[in-house]
Amino acid sequence: MSTVAATVAAPKGVKLPIYMDNHATTPLDPRVLEAMMPYFTTIFGNAASRNHSFGWEAEQAVENAREQVAKLIGATAKEIIFTSGATESNNLAIKGIAEMYRERGNHIITQVTEHKATLDTCKKLEKQGYRVTYLPVKADGLIDIEDLKRALDDKTILVSIMYANNEIGVVQPIEEIGKLCHEKGVLFHSDGVQAVGKIPVNVIKDNIDVLSLSGHKIYGPKGVGALYVRRRNPRVQISEQINGGGHERGMRSGTLNVPGIVGLGKACEIAGQEMEEESKRLSSLRDHLRQKFESALDYVHVNGNMEHHLPGNLNMSFVYVEGESLLMGINDIAVSSGSACTSATLEPSYVLKALGLGDDVAHSSIRFGLGRFNTIEEVDYVADKLIDVVQKLRELSPLYEMVKEGIDLSKIEWAAH
Amino acid sequence: MAYSDKVVDHYNNPRNVGTLDKSSEDVGTGLVGAPECGDVMRLQIKVNPETQVIEDAKFKTFGCGSAIASSSLATEWVKGKTVDEALSISNTDIVKELALPPVKIHCSVLAEDAIRAAIGDWKKKNSVETEAATPAAAAH
Repeated sequence: MSTVAATVAAPKGVKLPIYMDNHATTPLDPRVLEAMMPYFTTIFGNAASRNHSFGWEAEQAVENAREQVAKLIGATAKEIIFTSGATESNNLAIKGIAEMYRERGNHIITQVTEHKATLDTCKKLEKQGYRVTYLPVKADGLIDIEDLKRALDDKTILVSIMYANNEIGVVQPIEEIGKLCHEKGVLFHSDGVQAVGKIPVNVIKDNIDVLSLSGHKIYGPKGVGALYVRRRNPRVQISEQINGGGHERGMRSGTLNVPGIVGLGKACEIAGQEMEEESKRLSSLRDHLRQKFESALDYVHVNGNMEHHLPGNLNMSFVYVEGESLLMGINDIAVSSGSACTSATLEPSYVLKALGLGDDVAHSSIRFGLGRFNTIEEVDYVADKLIDVVQKLRELSPLYEMVKEGIDLSKIEWAAH
Repeated sequence: MAYSDKVVDHYNNPRNVGTLDKSSEDVGTGLVGAPECGDVMRLQIKVNPETQVIEDAKFKTFGCGSAIASSSLATEWVKGKTVDEALSISNTDIVKELALPPVKIHCSVLAEDAIRAAIGDWKKKNSVETEAATPAAAAH
Protein backbone atom coordinates (compact mmCIF):
# COMPACT_ATOMS: atom_id res chain seq x y z
CA MET A 1 0.00 0.00 0.00
CA SER A 2 1.30 3.41 -0.90
CA THR A 3 1.63 6.11 1.67
CA VAL A 4 1.75 9.75 0.73
CA ALA A 5 2.85 10.89 4.18
CA ALA A 6 6.37 12.06 3.51
CA THR A 7 9.27 10.08 4.80
CA VAL A 8 11.91 12.74 4.21
CA ALA A 9 13.08 14.17 7.53
CA ALA A 10 14.36 17.69 8.04
CA PRO A 11 18.12 17.82 8.52
CA LYS A 12 19.64 19.28 11.66
CA GLY A 13 19.48 23.03 11.81
CA VAL A 14 16.48 23.34 9.50
CA LYS A 15 13.56 24.81 11.37
CA LEU A 16 10.07 23.89 10.21
CA PRO A 17 7.89 25.20 8.70
CA ILE A 18 10.03 26.65 5.92
CA TYR A 19 8.92 29.88 4.31
CA MET A 20 9.55 29.88 0.56
CA ASP A 21 6.77 32.17 -0.62
CA ASN A 22 8.66 35.43 -0.75
CA HIS A 23 6.64 36.81 -3.69
CA ALA A 24 3.59 36.91 -1.45
CA THR A 25 5.35 38.73 1.32
CA THR A 26 8.71 38.77 3.07
CA PRO A 27 9.60 38.75 6.74
CA LEU A 28 10.73 42.04 8.20
CA ASP A 29 14.50 42.34 8.27
CA PRO A 30 15.55 42.78 11.93
CA ARG A 31 17.60 45.82 10.87
CA VAL A 32 14.43 47.38 9.48
CA LEU A 33 12.53 46.70 12.66
CA GLU A 34 15.29 48.29 14.68
CA ALA A 35 15.15 51.43 12.56
CA MET A 36 11.35 51.62 12.95
CA MET A 37 11.07 51.06 16.69
CA PRO A 38 11.68 54.59 17.99
CA TYR A 39 8.99 55.97 15.68
CA PHE A 40 6.23 54.03 17.40
CA THR A 41 6.95 55.44 20.84
CA THR A 42 9.41 58.25 21.43
CA ILE A 43 9.41 59.95 18.02
CA PHE A 44 5.68 59.69 17.46
CA GLY A 45 4.97 63.13 16.02
CA ASN A 46 2.81 63.91 13.02
CA ALA A 47 5.11 64.71 10.14
CA ALA A 48 2.70 67.48 9.14
CA SER A 49 3.00 69.28 12.50
CA ARG A 50 5.10 72.27 11.54
CA ASN A 51 5.17 74.10 14.84
CA HIS A 52 6.99 71.79 17.25
CA SER A 53 9.96 69.48 17.47
CA PHE A 54 7.84 66.30 17.56
CA GLY A 55 6.60 67.11 14.09
CA TRP A 56 10.00 68.23 12.83
CA GLU A 57 11.67 65.01 13.92
CA ALA A 58 9.00 62.91 12.24
CA GLU A 59 9.25 64.98 9.10
CA GLN A 60 13.01 64.61 9.06
CA ALA A 61 12.66 60.83 9.31
CA VAL A 62 10.18 60.83 6.44
CA GLU A 63 12.44 62.97 4.25
CA ASN A 64 15.37 60.70 5.01
CA ALA A 65 13.29 57.69 3.92
CA ARG A 66 12.25 59.54 0.78
CA GLU A 67 15.93 59.92 -0.09
CA GLN A 68 16.57 56.23 0.58
CA VAL A 69 13.70 55.12 -1.66
CA ALA A 70 14.68 57.57 -4.42
CA LYS A 71 18.29 56.44 -4.35
CA LEU A 72 17.38 52.80 -4.91
CA ILE A 73 15.51 53.58 -8.14
CA GLY A 74 17.59 56.44 -9.49
CA ALA A 75 15.02 59.12 -8.72
CA THR A 76 15.08 62.33 -6.70
CA ALA A 77 13.40 62.54 -3.30
CA LYS A 78 10.76 64.99 -4.48
CA GLU A 79 9.51 62.40 -6.95
CA ILE A 80 8.50 59.91 -4.24
CA ILE A 81 4.94 59.80 -2.90
CA PHE A 82 4.26 57.54 0.06
CA THR A 83 1.15 55.36 -0.05
CA SER A 84 -0.37 52.46 1.86
CA GLY A 85 1.12 49.90 -0.52
CA ALA A 86 1.45 48.97 -4.14
CA THR A 87 -2.26 48.34 -4.70
CA GLU A 88 -2.89 51.94 -3.78
CA SER A 89 0.11 53.06 -5.84
CA ASN A 90 -1.22 51.26 -8.92
CA ASN A 91 -4.70 52.68 -8.41
CA LEU A 92 -3.34 56.18 -7.91
CA ALA A 93 -1.06 55.96 -10.94
CA ILE A 94 -3.56 54.57 -13.40
CA LYS A 95 -6.72 56.35 -12.25
CA GLY A 96 -4.79 59.54 -11.52
CA ILE A 97 -3.26 59.68 -14.99
CA ALA A 98 -6.45 58.59 -16.74
CA GLU A 99 -8.36 61.39 -15.05
CA MET A 100 -5.68 64.04 -15.50
CA TYR A 101 -5.06 63.35 -19.19
CA ARG A 102 -8.69 62.61 -20.17
CA GLU A 103 -8.80 65.49 -22.62
CA ARG A 104 -5.76 64.19 -24.44
CA GLY A 105 -7.13 60.69 -24.92
CA ASN A 106 -8.91 57.75 -23.38
CA HIS A 107 -6.80 54.79 -24.41
CA ILE A 108 -4.73 52.74 -21.96
CA ILE A 109 -2.50 49.77 -22.79
CA THR A 110 -1.64 47.07 -20.30
CA GLN A 111 -1.10 43.31 -20.54
CA VAL A 112 -2.86 40.15 -19.46
CA THR A 113 -0.50 38.88 -16.73
CA GLU A 114 -0.58 42.08 -14.66
CA HIS A 115 -1.49 41.91 -11.01
CA LYS A 116 -5.20 42.30 -10.23
CA ALA A 117 -4.48 45.74 -8.77
CA THR A 118 -3.76 46.88 -12.32
CA LEU A 119 -6.27 44.72 -14.20
CA ASP A 120 -9.22 45.54 -11.95
CA THR A 121 -8.35 49.24 -12.00
CA CYS A 122 -8.33 49.15 -15.80
CA LYS A 123 -11.64 47.28 -15.86
CA LYS A 124 -13.19 49.96 -13.70
CA LEU A 125 -11.91 52.64 -16.06
CA GLU A 126 -13.45 50.77 -19.00
CA LYS A 127 -16.82 51.18 -17.33
CA GLN A 128 -16.15 54.90 -17.20
CA GLY A 129 -15.60 55.17 -20.93
CA TYR A 130 -11.88 54.48 -21.23
CA ARG A 131 -10.64 52.04 -23.84
CA VAL A 132 -8.15 49.45 -22.59
CA THR A 133 -5.96 47.16 -24.67
CA TYR A 134 -4.75 44.04 -22.87
CA LEU A 135 -1.65 42.85 -24.71
CA PRO A 136 -1.11 39.09 -24.85
CA VAL A 137 2.15 37.52 -23.70
CA LYS A 138 4.30 35.04 -25.56
CA ALA A 139 4.73 31.47 -24.30
CA ASP A 140 7.70 32.65 -22.24
CA GLY A 141 5.61 35.30 -20.45
CA LEU A 142 7.14 38.36 -22.14
CA ILE A 143 5.17 40.83 -24.22
CA ASP A 144 6.01 41.32 -27.87
CA ILE A 145 7.18 44.90 -28.48
CA GLU A 146 5.62 44.75 -31.94
CA ASP A 147 2.22 44.14 -30.32
CA LEU A 148 2.75 47.24 -28.22
CA LYS A 149 3.74 49.29 -31.29
CA ARG A 150 0.58 48.23 -33.07
CA ALA A 151 -1.62 48.96 -30.06
CA LEU A 152 -0.41 52.55 -29.62
CA ASP A 153 -2.68 55.11 -31.26
CA ASP A 154 -3.29 58.86 -31.09
CA LYS A 155 -5.68 58.44 -28.18
CA THR A 156 -3.22 56.43 -26.05
CA ILE A 157 -2.35 58.28 -22.84
CA LEU A 158 -0.82 55.54 -20.72
CA VAL A 159 1.02 52.25 -20.97
CA SER A 160 1.13 50.17 -17.77
CA ILE A 161 3.40 47.12 -17.86
CA MET A 162 4.72 45.40 -14.74
CA TYR A 163 8.48 45.19 -14.31
CA ALA A 164 8.55 41.56 -13.15
CA ASN A 165 5.75 39.07 -12.78
CA ASN A 166 4.74 37.85 -9.33
CA GLU A 167 3.95 34.29 -10.41
CA ILE A 168 6.46 33.35 -13.07
CA GLY A 169 9.17 35.90 -12.28
CA VAL A 170 9.78 37.04 -15.85
CA VAL A 171 11.25 40.51 -16.31
CA GLN A 172 9.66 42.49 -19.13
CA PRO A 173 11.77 44.52 -21.62
CA ILE A 174 11.09 47.68 -19.60
CA GLU A 175 13.79 49.90 -21.07
CA GLU A 176 12.56 49.21 -24.59
CA ILE A 177 8.92 49.73 -23.64
CA GLY A 178 9.76 53.01 -21.94
CA LYS A 179 11.77 54.20 -24.92
CA LEU A 180 8.89 53.48 -27.26
CA CYS A 181 6.44 55.29 -24.98
CA HIS A 182 8.68 58.34 -24.80
CA GLU A 183 9.05 58.44 -28.57
CA LYS A 184 5.27 58.43 -28.88
CA GLY A 185 4.72 60.91 -26.07
CA VAL A 186 2.78 58.39 -24.02
CA LEU A 187 3.26 58.05 -20.26
CA PHE A 188 4.72 54.80 -18.96
CA HIS A 189 3.74 53.33 -15.60
CA SER A 190 5.34 50.17 -14.27
CA ASP A 191 4.30 48.05 -11.31
CA GLY A 192 7.73 47.44 -9.84
CA VAL A 193 6.65 45.52 -6.75
CA GLN A 194 8.55 42.32 -7.49
CA ALA A 195 11.54 43.95 -9.16
CA VAL A 196 12.54 46.87 -6.95
CA GLY A 197 15.19 45.80 -4.47
CA LYS A 198 15.72 42.49 -6.27
CA ILE A 199 17.20 43.58 -9.59
CA PRO A 200 18.60 46.96 -10.66
CA VAL A 201 15.76 49.38 -11.41
CA ASN A 202 16.61 52.86 -12.64
CA VAL A 203 13.75 55.09 -13.70
CA ILE A 204 15.98 57.24 -15.91
CA LYS A 205 17.68 54.41 -17.76
CA ASP A 206 14.42 52.47 -17.95
CA ASN A 207 12.40 55.47 -19.21
CA ILE A 208 9.78 54.96 -16.51
CA ASP A 209 7.46 57.88 -15.72
CA VAL A 210 5.55 56.36 -12.82
CA LEU A 211 6.64 53.38 -10.73
CA SER A 212 4.81 51.50 -7.96
CA LEU A 213 6.66 49.78 -5.15
CA SER A 214 5.86 48.13 -1.84
CA GLY A 215 7.56 47.74 1.54
CA HIS A 216 6.65 44.19 2.47
CA LYS A 217 8.09 42.57 -0.64
CA ILE A 218 11.56 43.84 0.22
CA TYR A 219 11.81 42.85 3.91
CA GLY A 220 10.08 46.05 5.00
CA PRO A 221 6.73 46.46 6.76
CA LYS A 222 3.27 45.85 5.34
CA GLY A 223 0.91 48.75 4.82
CA VAL A 224 3.43 51.08 3.22
CA GLY A 225 4.45 51.62 -0.37
CA ALA A 226 5.47 54.39 -2.69
CA LEU A 227 4.81 55.84 -6.08
CA TYR A 228 7.55 57.45 -8.10
CA VAL A 229 6.15 60.30 -10.16
CA ARG A 230 8.56 61.85 -12.66
CA ARG A 231 9.04 65.62 -12.37
CA ARG A 232 11.13 66.34 -15.46
CA ASN A 233 11.06 65.20 -19.09
CA PRO A 234 8.14 64.86 -18.88
CA ARG A 235 6.62 66.33 -15.74
CA VAL A 236 3.86 63.89 -14.87
CA GLN A 237 0.68 65.15 -13.29
CA ILE A 238 -1.59 62.90 -11.33
CA SER A 239 -5.11 63.60 -10.20
CA GLU A 240 -5.37 62.78 -6.48
CA GLN A 241 -7.64 59.91 -5.49
CA ILE A 242 -7.77 60.61 -1.75
CA ASN A 243 -8.74 64.11 -0.68
CA GLY A 244 -7.84 65.71 2.59
CA GLY A 245 -5.01 67.66 4.14
CA GLY A 246 -2.97 67.94 0.98
CA HIS A 247 -0.11 65.72 2.11
CA GLU A 248 2.44 64.39 -0.39
CA ARG A 249 2.24 67.46 -2.62
CA GLY A 250 -1.54 67.09 -2.76
CA MET A 251 -1.32 63.74 -4.50
CA ARG A 252 -2.07 61.59 -1.47
CA SER A 253 -3.71 63.09 1.58
CA GLY A 254 -3.62 61.36 4.94
CA THR A 255 -1.32 61.50 7.95
CA LEU A 256 1.92 59.81 7.04
CA ASN A 257 2.67 56.36 8.43
CA VAL A 258 6.00 57.47 9.86
CA PRO A 259 7.26 54.14 11.30
CA GLY A 260 6.21 52.34 8.11
CA ILE A 261 7.89 54.93 5.91
CA VAL A 262 11.07 54.74 7.99
CA GLY A 263 10.95 50.96 7.54
CA LEU A 264 10.43 51.22 3.80
CA GLY A 265 13.38 53.62 3.56
CA LYS A 266 15.64 51.33 5.57
CA ALA A 267 14.54 48.30 3.52
CA CYS A 268 15.44 50.18 0.34
CA GLU A 269 18.82 51.17 1.74
CA ILE A 270 19.67 47.57 2.66
CA ALA A 271 18.43 46.29 -0.71
CA GLY A 272 20.64 48.78 -2.51
CA GLN A 273 23.69 47.70 -0.56
CA GLU A 274 23.12 43.95 -0.73
CA MET A 275 21.28 43.38 -4.00
CA GLU A 276 24.26 42.38 -6.06
CA GLU A 277 25.45 39.69 -3.68
CA GLU A 278 21.97 38.58 -2.69
CA SER A 279 20.77 38.13 -6.25
CA LYS A 280 23.80 35.95 -7.04
CA ARG A 281 23.13 33.80 -4.00
CA LEU A 282 19.41 33.47 -4.75
CA SER A 283 19.96 32.63 -8.42
CA SER A 284 22.33 29.88 -7.44
CA LEU A 285 19.89 28.47 -4.86
CA ARG A 286 17.11 28.67 -7.43
CA ASP A 287 19.18 26.86 -10.06
CA HIS A 288 20.12 24.22 -7.51
CA LEU A 289 16.44 23.62 -6.70
CA ARG A 290 15.56 23.37 -10.37
CA GLN A 291 18.39 20.95 -11.11
CA LYS A 292 17.36 18.67 -8.27
CA PHE A 293 13.82 18.46 -9.64
CA GLU A 294 14.93 17.94 -13.22
CA SER A 295 17.37 15.19 -12.38
CA ALA A 296 14.98 13.25 -10.11
CA LEU A 297 11.67 13.57 -11.95
CA ASP A 298 10.29 13.20 -15.46
CA TYR A 299 7.53 15.42 -16.83
CA VAL A 300 8.60 18.59 -15.01
CA HIS A 301 9.10 21.91 -16.71
CA VAL A 302 9.84 25.50 -15.89
CA ASN A 303 7.30 28.21 -16.63
CA GLY A 304 8.46 31.57 -17.95
CA ASN A 305 11.56 32.88 -19.67
CA MET A 306 14.54 31.91 -17.49
CA GLU A 307 16.95 34.39 -19.04
CA HIS A 308 14.96 37.48 -18.13
CA HIS A 309 14.02 36.33 -14.68
CA LEU A 310 13.97 37.33 -11.03
CA PRO A 311 16.76 35.67 -9.04
CA GLY A 312 14.52 34.10 -6.35
CA ASN A 313 11.68 32.83 -8.52
CA LEU A 314 11.05 29.34 -9.77
CA ASN A 315 7.70 28.29 -11.20
CA MET A 316 7.55 24.63 -12.11
CA SER A 317 4.89 22.28 -13.37
CA PHE A 318 4.92 18.77 -11.96
CA VAL A 319 2.71 17.31 -14.63
CA TYR A 320 0.12 14.63 -13.74
CA VAL A 321 0.09 15.70 -10.10
CA GLU A 322 -2.52 18.19 -8.94
CA GLY A 323 -1.05 21.22 -7.18
CA GLU A 324 -3.26 21.31 -4.14
CA SER A 325 -2.66 17.66 -3.33
CA LEU A 326 1.04 18.38 -3.69
CA LEU A 327 0.84 21.26 -1.23
CA MET A 328 -1.01 19.03 1.19
CA GLY A 329 1.91 16.61 1.15
CA ILE A 330 4.43 19.34 1.91
CA ASN A 331 2.50 21.13 4.61
CA ASP A 332 5.66 22.11 6.48
CA ILE A 333 6.77 24.16 3.46
CA ALA A 334 5.10 27.41 2.45
CA VAL A 335 4.94 27.78 -1.34
CA SER A 336 2.14 28.69 -3.76
CA SER A 337 0.20 26.64 -6.26
CA GLY A 338 -1.07 27.59 -9.70
CA SER A 339 -4.04 25.44 -8.91
CA ALA A 340 -7.01 27.33 -7.58
CA CYS A 341 -8.87 24.27 -6.46
CA THR A 342 -9.88 26.04 -3.27
CA SER A 343 -11.21 29.12 -5.02
CA ALA A 344 -14.89 29.43 -5.76
CA THR A 345 -14.31 29.43 -9.51
CA LEU A 346 -12.01 26.38 -9.54
CA GLU A 347 -10.08 28.21 -12.24
CA PRO A 348 -6.31 27.80 -12.34
CA SER A 349 -3.89 30.72 -12.52
CA TYR A 350 -4.74 33.23 -15.26
CA VAL A 351 -1.04 34.01 -15.59
CA LEU A 352 -0.11 30.43 -16.44
CA LYS A 353 -3.07 30.15 -18.79
CA ALA A 354 -1.90 33.30 -20.58
CA LEU A 355 1.34 31.45 -21.42
CA GLY A 356 -0.77 28.93 -23.30
CA LEU A 357 -0.47 26.24 -20.63
CA GLY A 358 -3.38 23.83 -20.53
CA ASP A 359 -5.52 23.93 -17.42
CA ASP A 360 -4.21 20.50 -16.47
CA VAL A 361 -0.61 21.72 -16.44
CA ALA A 362 -1.56 24.96 -14.70
CA HIS A 363 -3.20 22.87 -11.97
CA SER A 364 0.15 21.11 -11.52
CA SER A 365 2.30 24.19 -10.99
CA ILE A 366 4.14 25.34 -7.91
CA ARG A 367 5.72 28.75 -7.33
CA PHE A 368 8.85 28.81 -5.19
CA GLY A 369 9.82 32.24 -3.90
CA LEU A 370 13.31 32.20 -2.46
CA GLY A 371 14.32 35.05 -0.24
CA ARG A 372 16.99 36.64 1.92
CA PHE A 373 16.59 34.21 4.80
CA ASN A 374 16.45 30.91 2.90
CA THR A 375 19.47 28.61 3.22
CA ILE A 376 20.95 25.88 1.04
CA GLU A 377 19.91 23.32 3.69
CA GLU A 378 16.31 24.48 3.36
CA VAL A 379 16.48 24.27 -0.42
CA ASP A 380 17.79 20.71 -0.23
CA TYR A 381 15.06 19.69 2.18
CA VAL A 382 12.33 21.31 0.07
CA ALA A 383 13.62 19.59 -3.07
CA ASP A 384 13.93 16.16 -1.44
CA LYS A 385 10.54 16.33 0.19
CA LEU A 386 8.79 17.60 -2.92
CA ILE A 387 10.37 14.91 -5.07
CA ASP A 388 9.23 12.28 -2.58
CA VAL A 389 5.63 13.54 -2.56
CA VAL A 390 5.49 13.94 -6.35
CA GLN A 391 6.65 10.36 -6.78
CA LYS A 392 4.05 9.09 -4.34
CA LEU A 393 1.24 11.10 -5.88
CA ARG A 394 2.20 9.87 -9.31
CA GLU A 395 1.74 6.32 -8.06
CA LEU A 396 -1.78 7.49 -7.32
CA SER A 397 -2.23 9.33 -10.61
CA PRO A 398 -4.23 7.59 -13.34
CA LEU A 399 -2.87 10.15 -15.80
CA TYR A 400 0.75 9.32 -15.07
CA GLU A 401 0.01 5.62 -15.44
CA MET A 402 -1.75 6.17 -18.75
CA VAL A 403 1.06 8.33 -20.13
CA LYS A 404 3.61 5.76 -19.05
CA GLU A 405 1.58 3.16 -20.97
CA GLY A 406 1.85 5.33 -24.04
CA ILE A 407 -1.73 6.60 -24.05
CA ASP A 408 -2.22 10.06 -25.55
CA LEU A 409 -4.32 11.91 -22.97
CA SER A 410 -5.46 14.47 -25.52
CA LYS A 411 -7.18 11.71 -27.49
CA ILE A 412 -9.38 10.70 -24.59
CA GLU A 413 -12.90 12.08 -24.49
CA TRP A 414 -13.08 13.42 -20.98
CA ALA A 415 -16.45 14.04 -19.42
CA ALA A 416 -17.26 17.72 -19.77
CA HIS A 417 -16.88 19.90 -16.72
CA MET B 1 -7.71 25.48 3.92
CA ALA B 2 -8.11 23.09 6.80
CA TYR B 3 -8.81 19.46 5.98
CA SER B 4 -10.78 17.14 8.21
CA ASP B 5 -8.85 14.41 9.99
CA LYS B 6 -10.54 11.79 7.81
CA VAL B 7 -9.46 13.52 4.59
CA VAL B 8 -5.91 13.76 5.91
CA ASP B 9 -5.98 10.08 6.90
CA HIS B 10 -7.14 8.94 3.46
CA TYR B 11 -4.62 11.26 1.80
CA ASN B 12 -1.74 9.96 3.92
CA ASN B 13 -2.82 6.33 3.74
CA PRO B 14 -4.95 5.90 0.66
CA ARG B 15 -6.81 2.56 0.66
CA ASN B 16 -6.89 0.26 -2.33
CA VAL B 17 -4.55 2.15 -4.65
CA GLY B 18 -3.84 0.28 -7.82
CA THR B 19 -4.94 -1.13 -11.11
CA LEU B 20 -7.09 -4.13 -12.06
CA ASP B 21 -6.96 -5.72 -15.48
CA LYS B 22 -9.53 -3.69 -17.33
CA SER B 23 -9.82 -6.26 -20.13
CA SER B 24 -10.97 -8.91 -17.65
CA GLU B 25 -14.68 -9.87 -17.89
CA ASP B 26 -15.30 -9.50 -14.17
CA VAL B 27 -13.68 -6.05 -13.89
CA GLY B 28 -15.60 -2.80 -14.35
CA THR B 29 -13.68 0.44 -14.90
CA GLY B 30 -14.97 3.96 -14.35
CA LEU B 31 -12.87 6.91 -15.51
CA VAL B 32 -14.47 10.24 -14.69
CA GLY B 33 -13.50 13.90 -14.53
CA ALA B 34 -11.08 15.73 -16.79
CA PRO B 35 -7.46 16.82 -16.42
CA GLU B 36 -8.30 20.46 -17.20
CA CYS B 37 -10.77 20.50 -14.31
CA GLY B 38 -8.03 19.31 -11.99
CA ASP B 39 -9.73 16.01 -11.11
CA VAL B 40 -9.59 12.61 -12.77
CA MET B 41 -10.72 9.49 -10.91
CA ARG B 42 -10.37 5.93 -12.05
CA LEU B 43 -12.27 3.41 -9.97
CA GLN B 44 -12.23 -0.29 -10.76
CA ILE B 45 -14.29 -3.11 -9.31
CA LYS B 46 -13.90 -6.88 -9.52
CA VAL B 47 -17.29 -8.54 -9.35
CA ASN B 48 -18.14 -12.14 -8.50
CA PRO B 49 -20.28 -13.26 -11.46
CA GLU B 50 -22.33 -15.63 -9.30
CA THR B 51 -23.19 -13.39 -6.38
CA GLN B 52 -22.65 -9.96 -8.02
CA VAL B 53 -20.64 -9.05 -4.91
CA ILE B 54 -17.79 -6.58 -5.41
CA GLU B 55 -14.83 -8.59 -4.20
CA ASP B 56 -12.12 -6.08 -4.89
CA ALA B 57 -11.86 -2.39 -5.72
CA LYS B 58 -8.93 -0.22 -6.75
CA PHE B 59 -8.53 3.43 -7.55
CA LYS B 60 -6.13 6.02 -8.85
CA THR B 61 -6.92 9.72 -8.65
CA PHE B 62 -5.39 12.90 -10.01
CA GLY B 63 -6.86 15.67 -7.90
CA CYS B 64 -6.81 17.54 -4.63
CA GLY B 65 -6.69 15.84 -1.24
CA SER B 66 -10.49 15.76 -1.00
CA ALA B 67 -10.73 14.04 -4.39
CA ILE B 68 -8.17 11.44 -3.32
CA ALA B 69 -9.99 10.88 -0.03
CA SER B 70 -13.42 10.63 -1.72
CA SER B 71 -12.25 7.95 -4.14
CA SER B 72 -10.27 6.09 -1.48
CA LEU B 73 -13.39 6.01 0.71
CA ALA B 74 -15.51 4.89 -2.25
CA THR B 75 -13.32 1.82 -2.77
CA GLU B 76 -13.66 0.94 0.91
CA TRP B 77 -17.42 1.28 0.80
CA VAL B 78 -18.10 -0.69 -2.38
CA LYS B 79 -16.04 -3.69 -1.31
CA GLY B 80 -18.26 -6.49 -0.06
CA LYS B 81 -21.42 -4.89 -1.43
CA THR B 82 -23.42 -6.24 -4.34
CA VAL B 83 -23.41 -3.99 -7.39
CA ASP B 84 -26.97 -2.93 -6.66
CA GLU B 85 -26.12 -2.10 -3.06
CA ALA B 86 -23.10 -0.11 -4.24
CA LEU B 87 -25.32 1.97 -6.49
CA SER B 88 -27.10 3.27 -3.42
CA ILE B 89 -23.95 5.06 -2.20
CA SER B 90 -24.58 8.76 -2.71
CA ASN B 91 -22.27 11.71 -2.75
CA THR B 92 -23.96 13.15 0.33
CA ASP B 93 -22.85 10.09 2.32
CA ILE B 94 -19.27 10.83 1.26
CA VAL B 95 -19.62 14.54 2.13
CA LYS B 96 -20.86 13.59 5.58
CA GLU B 97 -18.23 10.95 6.27
CA LEU B 98 -15.30 13.16 5.17
CA ALA B 99 -16.79 16.46 6.44
CA LEU B 100 -16.16 18.08 3.06
CA PRO B 101 -16.68 21.84 2.84
CA PRO B 102 -19.08 23.21 0.14
CA VAL B 103 -16.21 24.02 -2.24
CA LYS B 104 -15.23 20.33 -2.24
CA ILE B 105 -18.64 18.79 -2.81
CA HIS B 106 -17.79 18.23 -6.47
CA CYS B 107 -15.14 15.72 -5.31
CA SER B 108 -17.83 13.58 -3.71
CA VAL B 109 -20.03 13.87 -6.80
CA LEU B 110 -17.14 12.67 -8.89
CA ALA B 111 -16.61 9.66 -6.58
CA GLU B 112 -20.28 8.73 -6.90
CA ASP B 113 -19.98 9.07 -10.66
CA ALA B 114 -16.91 6.84 -10.61
CA ILE B 115 -18.78 4.09 -8.76
CA ARG B 116 -21.68 4.32 -11.22
CA ALA B 117 -19.36 4.34 -14.21
CA ALA B 118 -17.44 1.30 -12.99
CA ILE B 119 -20.64 -0.64 -12.34
CA GLY B 120 -22.05 0.51 -15.67
CA ASP B 121 -18.95 -0.76 -17.43
CA TRP B 122 -19.17 -4.12 -15.69
CA LYS B 123 -22.87 -4.46 -16.50
CA LYS B 124 -22.26 -3.61 -20.12
CA LYS B 125 -19.52 -6.21 -20.35
CA ASN B 126 -21.71 -8.83 -18.75
CA SER B 127 -24.99 -7.77 -20.40
CA VAL B 128 -26.64 -7.22 -17.04
CA GLU B 129 -29.77 -5.06 -17.27
CA THR B 130 -30.92 -2.79 -14.49
CA GLU B 131 -32.43 0.70 -14.52
CA ALA B 132 -29.58 2.34 -12.63
CA ALA B 133 -26.86 1.08 -14.93
CA THR B 134 -26.33 4.29 -16.86
CA PRO B 135 -23.39 6.19 -15.49
CA ALA B 136 -24.30 9.69 -14.39
CA ALA B 137 -22.70 12.51 -16.30
CA ALA B 138 -19.60 13.70 -14.56
CA ALA B 139 -20.96 17.12 -13.76
CA HIS B 140 -19.02 18.62 -10.92
